[in-house]
Amino acid sequence: MRFTALSAPSAARAAWVTLAAVVVALLLCALIFVFYGVSPGTVYGTMLRGTLGDSTGLAEVARRTIPLLLIGSGLALAFRAQFFNIGAEGQLLLGAVFAAGTGLFVPLPGPLLLPAMFIMGAVGGGLWAGIAAWLRRLNVNEILSTLMLNYIAVAVVTYLIAGPWKGKEVRGYIYTDLFPENGFLAVIPGTQVHWPTLVLGVAGALALQWVLSRSTFGYALRVVGENPGAARYVGLSAGRVATTVALITGGMAGLAGAGEVAGIHHRLLEAGQLSLGYGFTAVIVAWLARGNPALCLITAPVMAIILAGGDLLKIDLNMPFRVVDVFSGVILLCLISSEVFIRNRVTWGTGRPAGSKANG
Amino acid sequence: MDNVFVEALVRALAVGTPLLLASLGAILNERGGVVNLGVEGMMAVGALAAFAVAVAPGGNLWLAVLAAAAAGALLAALHALATVTLRANQFVSGLALALLGTGAAGLLGKRYEGAPLFNKVPDWNLGGFVISPFTVFALLLAGALAFYLNSTRSGLTLRSVGENPAAADVLGVNVGRVRTLAVLAGGALAGVAGAFLALSYRASWADNMTAGLGWIAVALVIFVGWRPLRAILGALFFGVLYYLQFRLQGNSPIPTEVFSAMPFVLVLVVLALAGLRGQQGDAPAGLGRAYMRGER
Repeated sequence: MRFTALSAPSAARAAWVTLAAVVVALLLCALIFVFYGVSPGTVYGTMLRGTLGDSTGLAEVARRTIPLLLIGSGLALAFRAQFFNIGAEGQLLLGAVFAAGTGLFVPLPGPLLLPAMFIMGAVGGGLWAGIAAWLRRLNVNEILSTLMLNYIAVAVVTYLIAGPWKGKEVRGYIYTDLFPENGFLAVIPGTQVHWPTLVLGVAGALALQWVLSRSTFGYALRVVGENPGAARYVGLSAGRVATTVALITGGMAGLAGAGEVAGIHHRLLEAGQLSLGYGFTAVIVAWLARGNPALCLITAPVMAIILAGGDLLKIDLNMPFRVVDVFSGVILLCLISSEVFIRNRVTWGTGRPAGSKANG
Repeated sequence: MDNVFVEALVRALAVGTPLLLASLGAILNERGGVVNLGVEGMMAVGALAAFAVAVAPGGNLWLAVLAAAAAGALLAALHALATVTLRANQFVSGLALALLGTGAAGLLGKRYEGAPLFNKVPDWNLGGFVISPFTVFALLLAGALAFYLNSTRSGLTLRSVGENPAAADVLGVNVGRVRTLAVLAGGALAGVAGAFLALSYRASWADNMTAGLGWIAVALVIFVGWRPLRAILGALFFGVLYYLQFRLQGNSPIPTEVFSAMPFVLVLVVLALAGLRGQQGDAPAGLGRAYMRGER
């Protein structure tokens, strides 16, 4: 197999290669389901019927789209700057902690509480990502640091809900008391779709797209990501760009955490219930969107179908929720492996004209 | 010898064993220039494969370890295909591998949840010192790997591919093949680390039984400066930490969450210190970058 670089890969080529990668990924997952002992048809049928088939299913998809959109559009920006933040899970948790702390312990009048919770959520998520950005200045790989911070964030949440923040009105359970009523976010009646956060997510994705393609900072970010050498030459500080990007993505994940506690749970509870692996799934949302925050408006619902479908597989087919990680891993692997086919034309064989000397 | 001390050392060695095995594997492929962050996933499938073979009727423990190595190598083969052949980003591919491995193990292993293993790998009693054969193997392997890297021709080839693949290529080394083999060997060792968990340490299978050990093994490689013999000390250090967590939990006023978070906090501290030190041990110059002929 031999690759010849294309000078200007078209958007159409990117689109069909991406689509092909997803199809290959779904086929590979089907193979794993056969190993597990269920028919892939049953699996995919259950997932699609239960998510897109009725209004309840669609509401479940919408609910999961919200955090994926917020986190994914932030990560799209981060990946463009070559900052591989995979700690959105932890940043979401810290956002939830800060928002819940505000809701529980800061007596703010009526309409002021919710905005304060969201702002504090963004601060919490941003701070958590900020640690990784600071460590990167000490040459610590951000994939490792953000991942370690995920585990630490889980411990922080567990400590708080089992210790100092444990609810006074709950017995035997480990979670906090409920927020006051003015800390409850509006939902579409009969669902768990907290639409104000959804609006925030859509606005955030569009705003970040504008930042990326129209602002000076976005330009600096793209230069640092695509050509670090050139960035250094023109005096752009890669460290400063990485720090800003980390704070933005962490802040977006923190908003997602605030939305989950204010919109759905109305209290702080176990990490496993706060997030269904949104942080990792959002990595795929961002990668599917090829680093374009606005495209997350399409890719976030796609991955939300998989998350909501994972729940259905658990309930209907008694499969472990881990099946979602299988989807995520296989899709991500296929996506990154497909990139070479976007930027290159592929010819099979050695690529040498017949009869020529082998001098590579 | 003081009993408490012996117990501490035995326990630290036990927790240190999977860390040592997996980080030796990671050292091997990283010295060849390929980072594989998917250790957690390869360990998970290794543990499952080992357990599945061992509990099967007439389950042979040797075969179980072999199956674990094969499962780890199989997952690693995906990494090699993506990063060596298709030149995908090594870090992201490793992350995908970790997700896929832990996910597939959790899915396919569901039927073994809670099943007991009766033919656990017997520990050896070396003069009052109860130790798993896996531990002895890991310690010997560290020495062998150090010898291989520093004193054999093939080890030199591997290092040259990690330091300067273009130069190695000019000298007639098949860079892609060397890197692929190194990645497969690294995956096999991560699989064996999983086998230790399933056949000896826990002698059972549970979802998420690797519990972040794979990620610590990846960090350990940086901590020990890519040197196999130092990896023994690094693994022992984290082993002692886990032992302290086990001993102090519930026996002290410190909340348990502090102990469960401690290994991960310490990894951050250790990585930051390694970064501050500036000099990165034997970090290969070509680490993490795909190689393509004619490209700089």
